[in-house]
Amino acid sequence: MTQDIYLLIEHIQGQVSDISYILAAAAKELAAKENASVVGILFGSGAENLKDTLALDKVIYCDHDSLAEFTSDAYKRTLTALLGEYSPRALFFGNTTLGADVSSSIATHMKFPIINSCIKISDSGGIISQICGGKIMVDSKLADGTTLVTMNPGGYKPEEGQGSPGETITFNAPDLEGLKVKLTQFIEPDAGDVDIGQEKVLVAIGRGIQTEDNIELADELAALLGGTVCASRPVIDQGWLPTSRLVGRSGKSVKPDLYLSLGISGATEHIEAITDSKTIIAINSDPDAPIFDIAQYGIEVDLFDLIDPLLEQLGSAKD
Amino acid sequence: MTEIVVISRLVPDLVEELEIASNGTALDRAWLRLIINEFDNHAIEQAILIKEKVGANVTIISPEAEGVEDMLFTTAAKGADKLIKITGVGDEKPTNLSLAETLAEIIKEINPDLILNGVQAHDDITGDLAPQLADLLGMPYVGYISGVELGDGKVTAFKEYPGGVLAEMEITLPAVLGIQASEEPPRYVAISKVRQMMSTASIDELPAGDLKIDGDAPIDRMYLPEAAERAEMLEGSEEEVAEKLTSLLQDLGLL
Amino acid sequence: MAVNVIPQQQPFTAEFKESLLKIPEGDRILSCLQCACCSGACPFGFAMDFPPGRMIAWMRAGILDEMLKSDSIWMCVSCYACTEVCPKDIPITLALMTRAKEEALLAGNVPAELQSALEFSQQYSNPLGESSRKRAAWAEELDFEVPIVRKEKRPFDVLWFVGDYASYHPRVKEITKAFAKLLHKLGIDFCILGPDEHSDGDSQRLAGERGLFEMLAEKNAKMLSRCEFNEIITTDPHAYNALKNEYPQLGFEFPVRHYTEFLVDNLEKISSLLKENGKPKVAYHDPCYLGRVNKIYDAPRQLIEAIPGIELIEMDHNKTTSLCCGGGGGGMWLDGFRWEKAESRLSEWRVKEAAAVKADILAVACPYEPPRFEDATKAIAGAENIVVKDIIELLVDAMDI
Repeated sequence: MTQDIYLLIEHIQGQVSDISYILAAAAKELAAKENASVVGILFGSGAENLKDTLALDKVIYCDHDSLAEFTSDAYKRTLTALLGEYSPRALFFGNTTLGADVSSSIATHMKFPIINSCIKISDSGGIISQICGGKIMVDSKLADGTTLVTMNPGGYKPEEGQGSPGETITFNAPDLEGLKVKLTQFIEPDAGDVDIGQEKVLVAIGRGIQTEDNIELADELAALLGGTVCASRPVIDQGWLPTSRLVGRSGKSVKPDLYLSLGISGATEHIEAITDSKTIIAINSDPDAPIFDIAQYGIEVDLFDLIDPLLEQLGSAKD
Repeated sequence: MTEIVVISRLVPDLVEELEIASNGTALDRAWLRLIINEFDNHAIEQAILIKEKVGANVTIISPEAEGVEDMLFTTAAKGADKLIKITGVGDEKPTNLSLAETLAEIIKEINPDLILNGVQAHDDITGDLAPQLADLLGMPYVGYISGVELGDGKVTAFKEYPGGVLAEMEITLPAVLGIQASEEPPRYVAISKVRQMMSTASIDELPAGDLKIDGDAPIDRMYLPEAAERAEMLEGSEEEVAEKLTSLLQDLGLL
Repeated sequence: MAVNVIPQQQPFTAEFKESLLKIPEGDRILSCLQCACCSGACPFGFAMDFPPGRMIAWMRAGILDEMLKSDSIWMCVSCYACTEVCPKDIPITLALMTRAKEEALLAGNVPAELQSALEFSQQYSNPLGESSRKRAAWAEELDFEVPIVRKEKRPFDVLWFVGDYASYHPRVKEITKAFAKLLHKLGIDFCILGPDEHSDGDSQRLAGERGLFEMLAEKNAKMLSRCEFNEIITTDPHAYNALKNEYPQLGFEFPVRHYTEFLVDNLEKISSLLKENGKPKVAYHDPCYLGRVNKIYDAPRQLIEAIPGIELIEMDHNKTTSLCCGGGGGGMWLDGFRWEKAESRLSEWRVKEAAAVKADILAVACPYEPPRFEDATKAIAGAENIVVKDIIELLVDAMDI
């Protein structure tokens, strides 16, 4: 019996996450090499329609109240039961707040090998992973039997995973009594003054801004460019800007026409969220900063040395 | 008294250049500098914050590596009560499953209410550590946590979702949490305090079980990425660069 | 008759006072006149909750515990202006201000910028967070080889202790390379520790991290004891201060001179190589740790005056009254914090003085100064054309090398 390529579809508050499409794109590529089908796993409550725009050959859908929103215990139990009945060749998870909650524990529970941080399928149907902040690449092969894989965005565009799924197979939920993890509520961030996800010009600051006071400089720059200031994790952790300005895996993904970063090195969780930007210009004093690998233009300089001449030049250019 | 265990690991310091070992499937560890996994540092801070708020006994467990004693004494200076070093780890990075198996045996003896670990480590390729440990211990696992409130037999944890959204989760204890960020940034501790700990605190040593280097989906090849298409760099003095950047922005129609 | 109730000494206050008395000459604090010369001379005294005079007064009143709640101790730039003017010769900077910072640090009261610099110093042996292995990378940009102790394995005449900013900061590296060229031209038998050199730790010590300083000193002493040399010279007044005054207290004694003292010894040979390079007016800024702290005022001036064509002028504040550039006492890592509190920059104050005497060149002799003063020249009207140069650069610019 052919073993197929499976993926766990992620959805939050009724929206299918982009990562699901990326998983579908990767699964499609691997399936072609393995002469297999792409099977989406969807858990939810009245959520069958969420599969409708994904490029899948089959969907296994399990409906249960306790699966309405993701929680690690309910998903783990249901997946474990499912994997008792179905034998994937590979099972893809997003390396996200959802996927990472269950992928490794299922690997241990079912005694399946697991490969992290995949970004692409190799020509020979192997897994290409990127670790150590993007500085190290790893090629792995799928083991015999079932292999679990967690994926980071970056190798496929969500559009590549769009399509319409084939048949849906129903799966009956196992016993979901006495769940140890319950979702009590979602807490939305303060709306704040801006939705950075909609902004066309973003000036992004990172650890390099050094102090809360220096953010003024970024504000001035953003004002001259008709944009808004956003930030990577360290700035938000210090409490210098509200969470609504966070760009990254736990923040917003952005797609501005211009993303101008000041003193951001380019941690994986941040890069993930800016790859849809039209033009990325990175300013950083470290020539090895990973952000220079994805920016179209870069300047190796201490941002404090550049900011004043830059504000001056931009000011005169506007006049 | 609430019993908290934190697992803290050292990871390759990315400030230094990374080299591949001669076998082509691992990092050259002789060349590596190690630094505490940033998320584990947050896990330690979160444990200490809980201790300061409601009282707890905090145990830190770390696998042996160069500099691990300094790291453990630093946690003691911050307020950790017990320090455990796992010996017999060898030079190569073990799989997270085999490390989790060793940790599970040690932790079963401690019988904690809460286990904290950094949500991820950048050199992990064989799955994440904390969820594997949770499974072996039969405990629930929730990751990407940035706030923890202990309750009676349960813990309320705030899980980070995209867009700055938080999900409030109620989790029965004992549980394993993957920490993304502690409620306060990790504190600074004066080196004099750490040195004091070196003479007053002690590190217990427990031997590792069977540690494996290769998972069941073995690595074919580890390598440095090709210098991908890099950014076009704007060069010159600060004034020159400011000029070039301004022109560029004009050309792109952004001014 | 009114009865004055003497308050009970608070625990922190009592311990703090005890600890001060243990520092060499720290007991002079007991003879403080409360004249407030210290608080007046302090460049940031106006922005402190507890300038030195007030700190002593509250300590005497037994209520200094209040100080732990304030973070304004971090305004102190450790410039020794207070120590210089104290009529009772109280070692204010060393005994009082540094101890106060140590207490603030122990209480976890550390601005985030400073925290990073201290953590980097521990992890990478430099406060900039650069790879310790690349500490001598600057030497690769020269067209001759700079001897590194670990490679050469032989005795040397002179060991040059380079320093953190001199090794890694793009502007300051230019001065480092110039000095290497100068030593090479003079035929000096010198070497550097290279990757085996650790931060001198002096600024970290003054920022309250005594333990970190001792750790770095131990590492440096170990490396230094492995090589044979006649003396250490350094281009960094902070390293000079550490090696000369602090290391011996830890049992590490090495003969050390600042580069200005060393070059003055070689003045004849240097003079023969110097050519006129214009007729600029040069104002020399006395670095705190060369001038006030270590009393070296003349050697730098002799070197400048040896250059044909240069007119050496003095700014209003000079020698013992020289104005700090703001980099000391952890200042390199507290600029944002200090700007928020004081809304003025010491480096700008100094550059205004240079502009006031119509200096063409502001000459310096400390690695903190070039970046700080160059930033200031861009911010002060009338100072835009002032060039900031280390004395080494003035010498090398006047030679054919």
